[in-house]
Amino acid sequence: MSEPLLKVRGLKIGATVYPPGEKPHDIDIVHGVDFDVQKGKVLGLIGESGAGKSTIGLASMAYGRGGVKITGGEVWVNGRDIMQSGLGDIRKLRGGEVTYVSQSAAASFNPAKKIIDQVVEAAVEQNKFSRKEAEDRARVLFDKLGLPDPQNIGDRFPHQVSGGQLQRCMTALALCPEPDLVVFDEPTTALDVTTQIDVLMAIKEAIRDTGVAALYITHDLAVVAQVSDDIMVLRHGNMVEYGPVDQIINHPQEEYTQALVSVRSIDHEEKAPSGDPVLSVRNITARYKGTQFDVLHNVNVDLYPGQTLAVVGESGSGKSTLARVITGLLPPREGEIEFAGRTLSSDLAGRSPEDLRELQMIYQMADVAMNPRQTVGTIIGRPLEFYFGMKGAEKRKRIIELLDEIELGEDFIDRYPAELSGGQKQRVCIARALAAKPKMIICDEVTSALDPLVADGILKLLLQLQKIEDVAFLFITHDLATVRAISDSIAVMYQGKVQRYGGKNQVLSPPFDDYTDLLLSSVPEMRLGWLEEVIANRKMESAGN
Amino acid sequence: MPLIVKLLAQRIALGLILLLLVSGLIFVGTMILPGDVAQSILGQSATPEALENLRAELGLNDPPLQRYIQWLGGAMTGDLGTALTSGADITASIAKRLSNTLFLAFWAAIIAVPLAIFLGLLAVRFKDRWPDKLISAVTLASISIPEFLIGYVLMYLIAVKLRWFPSVAMINDSMSLGDKLSAIALPVTVLTLVVLAHMMRMTRAAILNVMQSAYIETAELKGLNGFQVIFRHAFPNAIAPIVNVVMLNLAYLVVGVVVIEVVFVYPGMGQYLVDHVSKRDVPVVQACGLIFAAVYIGLNMVADVVAILSNPRLRHPK
Repeated sequence: MSEPLLKVRGLKIGATVYPPGEKPHDIDIVHGVDFDVQKGKVLGLIGESGAGKSTIGLASMAYGRGGVKITGGEVWVNGRDIMQSGLGDIRKLRGGEVTYVSQSAAASFNPAKKIIDQVVEAAVEQNKFSRKEAEDRARVLFDKLGLPDPQNIGDRFPHQVSGGQLQRCMTALALCPEPDLVVFDEPTTALDVTTQIDVLMAIKEAIRDTGVAALYITHDLAVVAQVSDDIMVLRHGNMVEYGPVDQIINHPQEEYTQALVSVRSIDHEEKAPSGDPVLSVRNITARYKGTQFDVLHNVNVDLYPGQTLAVVGESGSGKSTLARVITGLLPPREGEIEFAGRTLSSDLAGRSPEDLRELQMIYQMADVAMNPRQTVGTIIGRPLEFYFGMKGAEKRKRIIELLDEIELGEDFIDRYPAELSGGQKQRVCIARALAAKPKMIICDEVTSALDPLVADGILKLLLQLQKIEDVAFLFITHDLATVRAISDSIAVMYQGKVQRYGGKNQVLSPPFDDYTDLLLSSVPEMRLGWLEEVIANRKMESAGN
Repeated sequence: MPLIVKLLAQRIALGLILLLLVSGLIFVGTMILPGDVAQSILGQSATPEALENLRAELGLNDPPLQRYIQWLGGAMTGDLGTALTSGADITASIAKRLSNTLFLAFWAAIIAVPLAIFLGLLAVRFKDRWPDKLISAVTLASISIPEFLIGYVLMYLIAVKLRWFPSVAMINDSMSLGDKLSAIALPVTVLTLVVLAHMMRMTRAAILNVMQSAYIETAELKGLNGFQVIFRHAFPNAIAPIVNVVMLNLAYLVVGVVVIEVVFVYPGMGQYLVDHVSKRDVPVVQACGLIFAAVYIGLNMVADVVAILSNPRLRHPK
């Protein structure tokens, strides 16, 4: 085999951390990793947050974010050890030989400059192409990546195109200087699933047509299976498993990889509705103050005691607005909310303490939903005091009970949020909601910010708690795998309307309406060739029409 | 109407309303000052009849509202009245003084603004290294020392010991531009030192703030060098806060130079104002106040307009 394009040997990466109340010290993030990328091949780097995958990707450009430093090992690009190169050579490498596509194109484009200027900048600056050639190249790439009006879209500013389009522009930016290697750092993670599939297709075709090699970084094994030739699984800065994509997906050797492949294996049988609904949303139409259009149109859903209603939709579909209406934060223009047999005041100020107690909420960002200066005991104890007037030993006993329920245990009572992991923080938020002994909890994207295995644990815990406490969940999410795992009934929302509503099995079985079909077929499946299949199907359908 | 036009119109209208309110405040403020112009013109030995006649002649007995409207109407047509003490036309004397003040402010700004922004960029480029620390230390020291002290120290060193520039900044129309510049070299230096630190530190902070953005990382990963990243990618996004602090300091150069003008005996607005405050010449004080307010409000309005125009989301709506 010829000399690889990128050869990494014994790569060690460290950083200086400044924990509050302690002396700054150095920690290791990556503890010696080896891998090769051949010309024109794609290596997928996969792992949960903190596994060091982005850090490794950026190391191939000799770049460290913040205080991150490469502390040892060799990184060979095109036969040169870039660790031994001077700053001038590294600048030629960056943007010339190796380019980068970030997770958030919206943040990675300069808001003050036209897209075209940013796309051609590296190619021109590295003397790869003249300005004119680079612009022509960019337009060809815009066209290839399926952007509308490829001749003129570059003259727009970043805020004038959509998120999915901007992510494709970022890919054009990376491909424009004709690099040898592109580092894709979670390029589709921030997108809706129906947008993700388009961008994924565009990226895959662009890689194939230009023959560029790539490092594809993601936490989503199903996505990486579609674009990679090889996969390296990382955990805590160590290599867990490294091999061809077929082997990793179909015959994983390591326990951790097996867990990643089989994640979302929760088998939850749909429960039939029984008794009177605990929540009835009746003909809700709502708009935000000062705007001229409705974000919710005549929404009707019911939620039965001890059950889970999943509200699923893409960003902008109105699912979080629905939660705001139910909690009273946004009084609707029309319609009413019935809760536990009574009609709730549309306005938060008009609700009784009992209404507030029985309807609790858990948020996406557990971090910001807790006061960082309060201990776990104080955070969970607050609703106990507030709603039940508990004090002293009685309160402490109940806090410990709740901590046991969320599988954390008594010794967490004096810890601060900063000392907890992401999953533990979300558990504390769940305990805080349960402390009020609610009839219903609104869960707003509660697992979206968590790694797959951790999210899985949270979902299992929620199901288990539902059995014990007989609490109903209104579960807002954009993730269909989560919906399958947890729901009894489903409402699919699109542009402020309920597109499809019913029991889980009914909603997820054909015949589908067009939108639900698009949504379901866009969810990446963990098997090889899935993306090609979907592309082929859609081309056939559009040809048939 | 496009949003940007609406915002600009709103901002300009707000500036005009503010100026109107301030004119009322100036008028009321000078009204409630103790003392009596007639008394100070005629002296302690004046007879009550003479005082009364003079007051009637000066229009001091008219109702305040009428006098305010007369004054404001005059001011808007360029007639600021006549000085009570000398009987000279205020508009004519102020025009001369104001042009001198603007001349001084202009040259101070020409030096200070580019220098401050350049030093700010330099400090960002070498953040936390010795150039950054040196620039911060020197500019902070210069802003911490009272300006009159810097003025006298420079006068002693440069004018008296080295004899490079004159210590008194007297200028008149018959001087050539070179002579004038030589005359104002010292006050310009002092003013530059006074306004430099504020603008430089704000430039540094605004750009450092932008340097945290993800698009700066994108620029670095394109292989651009430090100055290219700062100039092309950071600076355009830091214009609004920088222009804001530049305008505040330009306003200071016009309205805040009283002390420097007195120290260097420069024939500008500041000296003129100080002279007439001590003589209780109310119309002159009012006129100076109004002009200072107009300069201040006007420059801040310019800063806001630039901030609105520098926002690509407003310039290029979806």
